[in-house]
Amino acid sequence: MSRIAHRFAQRRAEQRKALVTYVTGGDPHPEATVPIMHRLVGAGADIIEVGMPFSDPMADGPVIQSACDRALENGTGLAGVLEMVRAFRRTDNDTPVVLMGYLNPIEQIGYQSFARDAAAAGVDGVLTVDLPPEEGSEFVAALTAHDLDPIWLIAPTTRMERVNAICDQARGFVYYVSLKGVTGAGTLDIDDVGSHVDTIREATQTPVGVGFGVRSGDDAARLGQVADAVVVGTAIVSRIAENVGDDAAIGDAVHAITQELRQGLDSPLVESAP
Amino acid sequence: MSNVIQAIEAPADFGEFPDPLGHFGPYGGRFVPELLMAPLEELASAYAHFRADPQFQAELYADLQYYVGRPTPLYFARHWTEQVGGAQLYLKREDLDHTGAHKINNTMGQALLASRMGKRRIVAETGAGQHGVATAAVCARLGMECIVYMGAEDVRRQSVNVYRMRLMGAKVVPVESGTRTLKDALNEAFRDWAANVDDTFYIIGTVAGPHPYPEMVRDFQAVIGRETREQCLEQHGRLPDALVACVGGGSNAIGMFHPFLGDTGVEIYGAEAGGEGVETERHAAPLSAGRPGVLHGNRTYLMENADGQIMPTHSVSAGLDYPGVGPEHAWLKDTGRVRYVAVDDNDALAAFHGLAQLEGIIPALETAHAIAYAEKLAAQMDPDQIIVINCSGRGDKDIDTVAEVEGADL
Repeated sequence: MSRIAHRFAQRRAEQRKALVTYVTGGDPHPEATVPIMHRLVGAGADIIEVGMPFSDPMADGPVIQSACDRALENGTGLAGVLEMVRAFRRTDNDTPVVLMGYLNPIEQIGYQSFARDAAAAGVDGVLTVDLPPEEGSEFVAALTAHDLDPIWLIAPTTRMERVNAICDQARGFVYYVSLKGVTGAGTLDIDDVGSHVDTIREATQTPVGVGFGVRSGDDAARLGQVADAVVVGTAIVSRIAENVGDDAAIGDAVHAITQELRQGLDSPLVESAP
Repeated sequence: MSNVIQAIEAPADFGEFPDPLGHFGPYGGRFVPELLMAPLEELASAYAHFRADPQFQAELYADLQYYVGRPTPLYFARHWTEQVGGAQLYLKREDLDHTGAHKINNTMGQALLASRMGKRRIVAETGAGQHGVATAAVCARLGMECIVYMGAEDVRRQSVNVYRMRLMGAKVVPVESGTRTLKDALNEAFRDWAANVDDTFYIIGTVAGPHPYPEMVRDFQAVIGRETREQCLEQHGRLPDALVACVGGGSNAIGMFHPFLGDTGVEIYGAEAGGEGVETERHAAPLSAGRPGVLHGNRTYLMENADGQIMPTHSVSAGLDYPGVGPEHAWLKDTGRVRYVAVDDNDALAAFHGLAQLEGIIPALETAHAIAYAEKLAAQMDPDQIIVINCSGRGDKDIDTVAEVEGADL
């Protein structure tokens, strides 16, 4: 069983929902990321997504674009991100790590080399936001050959036939994008999210994570009602951005927001309870 | 660094491409976030329907004739030809199109399509401002809301075009992220579209982006090549010997080239922005000095570093200042059907002055790259041979830039 599947099985047995947290690798500088990853775990994160910085992150909002810019300015490329995962694994062999990013840096390494290096570094899954399944068969083959889970996005606009096709290829978890727009945008409509998640559940047994627009413990609590996992990126990256220049303050701020999200997730809102 | 992929055999019929998923050989495709897949499928199916609809085509044709001003002349540049001494130089006068460049052929087509699809809010991106101006014009004409994203650096460089867009009722949004140029404006326009897909149509200004944009924009611009072909046959009883067009994203070039791809006797050249030289990092010539990768929804040649990050570009012409190029051009390069060359800033500026003085035509700085290469080419050819240069736009918008570069006081 993959680390991701194992983690979901654990949480399910405890009747708890999983917390997936995102941080851009190398933001604000290369030495910062591994300590941040450990703080995320310490505050209750179940799965860590590490962003592979890209110069043109078209599906992300300004907060994550700025994080990519900081990481790139300080010299973090894809190889650097893999090095960070390797360093994280020296003291944490349990927490699943998912790489998230855009296709072009991966293409330059080559699908096979990337999958081999990522697996060797201790990566568990990979999400490329600008690679739809129609163009992805070769990449998915490379990932699965190295026991890496391909993580796919499903959007509010995705037709049912595509939901089925995507779910057929999905492993680890399926990532439902809870609103139209880019990361960090808009506000949540929990009923709408719930009905889409139900649709996805009809197509797959794979756990469903929901992300985009989760800012607070209350948001996490509400989404935890309908999803197997809640994914949080912009809210965490914002805390990093607010404390650039002070690594200790970054660690504390990241810890505080993650703990708030964890508590929200573990104590569902009374009025929404079944 | 160039020529990573070896030349491959040209297909029997270039007209049969792209394939149903938008592939030109290994290039093109649809590399976008999942949220955009549904609107792209909707667009592809609407376009397939209306391109075969005689009523839609008749409406578009009437607009091209009475609003845009087509057909544009095929003009013999006699004085210029005499100066160069070689092949006869003809200009396809897209600078005479309404709003001053070929861009409006495409915006007219896409805006009509948007209105047929019931979308009343238009977003667009622009570099030099020509596509933004053309979009603002057709939106005003069709009574649509128009939002144009433009890199903050380009807003500064092209203040006159910004003002023109605002005069026609468009909202111009300066983009402060990244390199503050065209590629960042594209990112921002995609984000707007992703957030507002229900009522919004994204008018892409060039033959790049996810399927069906490269095919659709090509089809709307191919009127340039079709007219050139007919006019050349009428005036000379034969096809030209060579075509030259400038290539940024590549829409004017593909529009001129496409109807000639099957005419193997016609040599075709695309002139990219060599900036301060392709041996420096200060240029915008992905076909001459880049390699294949994925950006803005398609696989194509890109300017990128060894880590796959997109490189900052440079060109004296804001309209060519883009790190990618349309996927059909990438494929035409690999098949060898079109030869792509880089023309640097200084040669383009010299050609800008040359054409103004010899013919009384001030070309856009983009076009000046094609003019500069055509001079070199013509000088090696015979006086009975014919070169057609796509005069893709007029240079009024670039007067401030040229004055600034040359220290002239306006």
